[in-house]
Amino acid sequence: MYHFLRELADSWALLALTLIFLGVVAWAFRPGSREIHKDIADIPFRNDDLED
Amino acid sequence: MWNGVKVIVLALVVLFAALAANFGRDAAYQFHAILFAVAAAYLLIRTIKGIGEPVKEKPTGYMDDVVRAGVIATAFWGVAGFLVGVWIAFELAFPALNLGNQSWINIEPFANFGRLRPLHTSAVIFAFGGNALIATSFYIVQRTSATRLFGGNAAWFVFWGYQFFIVLAATGYLLGVTQSKEYAEPEWYIDIWLTIVWVVYLIVFLGTIFKRKEPHIYVANWFFLSFIVTIAMLHLVNNMAVPVSFLGSKSVQLFSGVQDALTQWWYGHNAVGFFLTAGFLGMMYYFVPKQAERPVYSYKLSIIHFWALIFLYIWAGPHHLHYTALPDWAQTLGMVFSVMLWMPSWGGMINGLMTLSGAWDKLRTDPILRMMVVSVGFYGMSTFEGPMMSIKAVNSLSHYTDWTIGHVHSGALGWNGMITFGALYFLTPRLWNRERLYSLRLVNWHFWLATIGIVLYASSMWVTGIMEGLMWREVDDQGFLVNAFADTTAAKLPMYVVRGTGGILYLAGALIMCFNLWKTAVGAGQPRGSMSAVPAE
Repeated sequence: MYHFLRELADSWALLALTLIFLGVVAWAFRPGSREIHKDIADIPFRNDDLED
Repeated sequence: MWNGVKVIVLALVVLFAALAANFGRDAAYQFHAILFAVAAAYLLIRTIKGIGEPVKEKPTGYMDDVVRAGVIATAFWGVAGFLVGVWIAFELAFPALNLGNQSWINIEPFANFGRLRPLHTSAVIFAFGGNALIATSFYIVQRTSATRLFGGNAAWFVFWGYQFFIVLAATGYLLGVTQSKEYAEPEWYIDIWLTIVWVVYLIVFLGTIFKRKEPHIYVANWFFLSFIVTIAMLHLVNNMAVPVSFLGSKSVQLFSGVQDALTQWWYGHNAVGFFLTAGFLGMMYYFVPKQAERPVYSYKLSIIHFWALIFLYIWAGPHHLHYTALPDWAQTLGMVFSVMLWMPSWGGMINGLMTLSGAWDKLRTDPILRMMVVSVGFYGMSTFEGPMMSIKAVNSLSHYTDWTIGHVHSGALGWNGMITFGALYFLTPRLWNRERLYSLRLVNWHFWLATIGIVLYASSMWVTGIMEGLMWREVDDQGFLVNAFADTTAAKLPMYVVRGTGGILYLAGALIMCFNLWKTAVGAGQPRGSMSAVPAE
């Protein structure tokens, strides 16, 4: 069990996690993200008071 | 119906806590059982009194009363934790302050360094830092989701449940209750209580995000969420223990030997990574843009900062176990990941600092912003120092010396402390509906006292840490060690006094802050005519 997990950890699991991380970074740079991110970055400057 | 369930549950808690107090096997356990019984009895009476009262109108607007309570608790526990820290700093310089049989008052063992030290670390990390995190996360998640906190009074349960956890932990340390795991000292029943509180915290936070009016989740909330989830995971795994008896405080760890050590430092380092870093970065990503009045420098960088920390931090723990029985590959893994962490950390620092681009002039006039910027600077400094110290060759000199203590405090006093002070100065006028703080001059005083205090602390610990590291390894031409351990402690005295002095300055700054916040809350020093503002809520 230990050896299986140990070998899985530094082969397929490492590869999968690295790819997920690179995918997340690539996703952040997707076309059209600039406008979306600009909008999100402005969230703290809205909603100082709650209207409902 | 709901009240009926509450009455039955509370009555059962009172009954079982009273039974535990009666049959408990050690005094500390009995004392804690009494605390449980009293707290449950108080809630029971309150619930019974409330039955039949007209149901209060559903409150609207942001739920800020619990945040106000959090601000008060943060300031209170901060001063308490700093005070104990100053005391034990001088205990190291002047052992008579342990108040044992060598001093004029003998209260052995309650003021021993060994008991006060976890009291200090838990008070500043979990009481001061934890209350700051809970309060600011509740404030920020509401503003960035444009909705009231989810779960009604559950937020109050989180607040008071957490204070109760702090009281249990702190009194436990004084009475000698500990499972001897650094930063995870509380015993099994306190751990179970914290788990309950933490799950409710997660539900309140997640529920608020689920019912948000903004389509996107602001980056600060990502950081807070990762902090809450990861702390839950760390807490559960590192506290796997079997109580010796359900009527006693002692428990036995499930892991032993090197597995226990690795689990402990997996916990310990990620408590730094997710409690003291991710959570406080949530504060940074909200309060720095708000105080500078401009959006974060690069939102893309904040996303990469977040995911890089998440993917890297969890592997860094083994660097606490260099040159131990831990397998070499695990030590190297911990070192490599720690060094890699330097990059995203500095990405985050740059993101925080560059948020001020075009607004640098505000640093001249706004001491609160200055506090936040110095805090981010200390974040950068300690996230450079940490990776450097995790390199095995450096660690062979620095490990077990006071250099480590200096490193921890430049992070804790500089980064966590200063960003929290900035957040408290930001929040107090807004939460108590005041136009401005009572006095900016006092903020300035606080800023300089705290900064000089940290400089004294960190520099004295560098000097004394490197000195003792070199003294420990010094051998003569025959290969014999030159210095006894006592020689190093004698040589360290002047630096210990300087360190304690730095602590006094830092504590003095915090006291000035409390005075300033108090005056602000009661409405002193406000410009004329502003008192007609509507009361909170």
